[in-house]
Amino acid sequence: MSIILQVSDLVKRFGSLTAVDHVSFEICEGSCFGLLGPNGAGKTTTIEMMEGIRQPDSGTILYRGEPLGEQFRNEAGIMFQTTALQEFITVREIMRQFSRFYPHSASIDDLADRYALHEFLDRDTRKLSGGQKQRLLLAMALINRPRVLFLDEPTTGLDPQSRRNLWDQVQQVREQGATILLTTHYMEEAYELCDEIAIMDHGRIIAHDAPDALLAAHFNDVVVQIHAADIPRDIGEREFQAIYRNDSAHILTGDVNRTIAQLLHFDIPLDRLRIRARNLEDLFLELTGRELRA
Amino acid sequence: MKWSRIYALFVARNLEFVRDRSSLAWNLLLPVLIIIGFAYAFNNENPEKFKVGLVVHGELQGAAAKFRETRYIKFIEFDDADSNLTKVERHQIDLLFDAASKRYWINRSSPNGYIVEKLLIAAYADSPESLQKSLVEGDEIRYIDWVIPGVIGMNIMWGALFGIGYVIVRYRKFGVLKRISATPVTAMEFLSAQILSRLWLLLLVNVAIYVGMDLFIDFRMYGSYLNLLLVFVLGSVNLICCGLVVAARISSEEVANGLLNLFSWPMMFLSGVWFSLEGAHPLMQKFALLLPLTHVTEAARAIMIDGDGLLQIADHLLVLGLSSVVLLWIGARIFRWE
Repeated sequence: MSIILQVSDLVKRFGSLTAVDHVSFEICEGSCFGLLGPNGAGKTTTIEMMEGIRQPDSGTILYRGEPLGEQFRNEAGIMFQTTALQEFITVREIMRQFSRFYPHSASIDDLADRYALHEFLDRDTRKLSGGQKQRLLLAMALINRPRVLFLDEPTTGLDPQSRRNLWDQVQQVREQGATILLTTHYMEEAYELCDEIAIMDHGRIIAHDAPDALLAAHFNDVVVQIHAADIPRDIGEREFQAIYRNDSAHILTGDVNRTIAQLLHFDIPLDRLRIRARNLEDLFLELTGRELRA
Repeated sequence: MKWSRIYALFVARNLEFVRDRSSLAWNLLLPVLIIIGFAYAFNNENPEKFKVGLVVHGELQGAAAKFRETRYIKFIEFDDADSNLTKVERHQIDLLFDAASKRYWINRSSPNGYIVEKLLIAAYADSPESLQKSLVEGDEIRYIDWVIPGVIGMNIMWGALFGIGYVIVRYRKFGVLKRISATPVTAMEFLSAQILSRLWLLLLVNVAIYVGMDLFIDFRMYGSYLNLLLVFVLGSVNLICCGLVVAARISSEEVANGLLNLFSWPMMFLSGVWFSLEGAHPLMQKFALLLPLTHVTEAARAIMIDGDGLLQIADHLLVLGLSSVVLLWIGARIFRWE
């Protein structure tokens, strides 16, 4: 696959804070690339520089081998984390306005069909629900039939149904050949949608690979989860490497048979036992820590 | 520049304006209410009962000095008589007196002129024959005739400054500008669309106000409507560009509000909208010339009241045109999407 976007040694400072610190990566055409990280990690600043909204202090961003220019503007679709729309105009009117910005644009009716906009096509943009607004913003980002689509935390604040629905729509866009760059807080979303992810923290990329490859590289254990009250605390601390969260005890083990044999040996009931593989959230917390970010 | 993009933004902004009914009603009603309120409240009464123009070079002596001491008359000093005769014709002053030649001019149909003439003759009781009387003719300019060009200019000023400044700052604050900046639209296309939309809406609203007022108030319009339209177009562009400069970078509505008020209130009171700056401190008169609304008001008044043509108001048009170009250049240079 050819490289569609290439970021080299990108730096952005705000006063004494280095928000993006010598970041480099490449995105292959037709892939979905996820940029993950805690609040303030530099994801949005990075994506905004790649969108051409913000100027980097140093470093280069190339689209199809060229600096961002007219071709990029015409071929990029962008959905920001938060966007206010012009007031007192309808969904149809705002889509018509945006379609006129581009030399080639998709049919408004086709987009309305695909993203279920018909029921509110003639409604004032101020009167849309959160899910409806996200669908409209996605449709607006796709109005120029983009070759590269930027989605900055597209499902933040959505209910589970709307989130699933948006994932399906993003998958459809991908199937049509567009390249997607996604930032998200939801690890499940990144795992579901992305071919490749980069985890950022303090302005730097601290891990970068395909999700399964990252998990394989960092973990060789699984989580055995049982009810915490069922384990006498002294036994747990002596025999297991366990993490207690609320009512659960999470035992990290590379040998499930041995762990279960131990639990049986101590007469610990297995009624509520769950075994799960390590996931991106575990990896994310392991790499970025558990302290709360502003 | 792509016209399709400018057109798209132009249409969207027009729709926003027309559908924001409370704002639209305010734009239409405010000037009408002001004119009704002020024009009829003043009821053609000047706060100073009598006004006399004095052509004087050096100290006044004898009877002229005695006349100058008359109380309850506002004396305005002029350098020459000829260029101020129109003020007598229009009843802006009741009598014009040249102290050197002892010649005076009054309007044949002015009751105030008749009374002030009696006071002048009384001051020259020792030698009344030395005074030379000249009569001029001309219709009285009522306060309403005089104030209407200024009020329309003022309405343009509010609409231009706040209509464009506030909208752009609000767009920036809530991220509308950021979303547009992520498309192929250039800053110049965006600004052009905002200028065109605001210009068109200002003209539409103010023509409606003019026509509406003309139906109910018989005010004076001696000049060309096309020339008047040209003054309002140039004035609107100039004031819109002022709004652009204010809104070019800031993203706080409070700061924008303060700055726009800082621009607009001096113009409200020092551009000669409500009262003539004739007789005001020379520094204030010079400062007034820096204000675009002064040029809009004076040019519109010259057309409506005197029937002046483009040549007579060329200086105002030139100032408005040139400063618009400079302001637009500055606005476009310092404009930031975010």
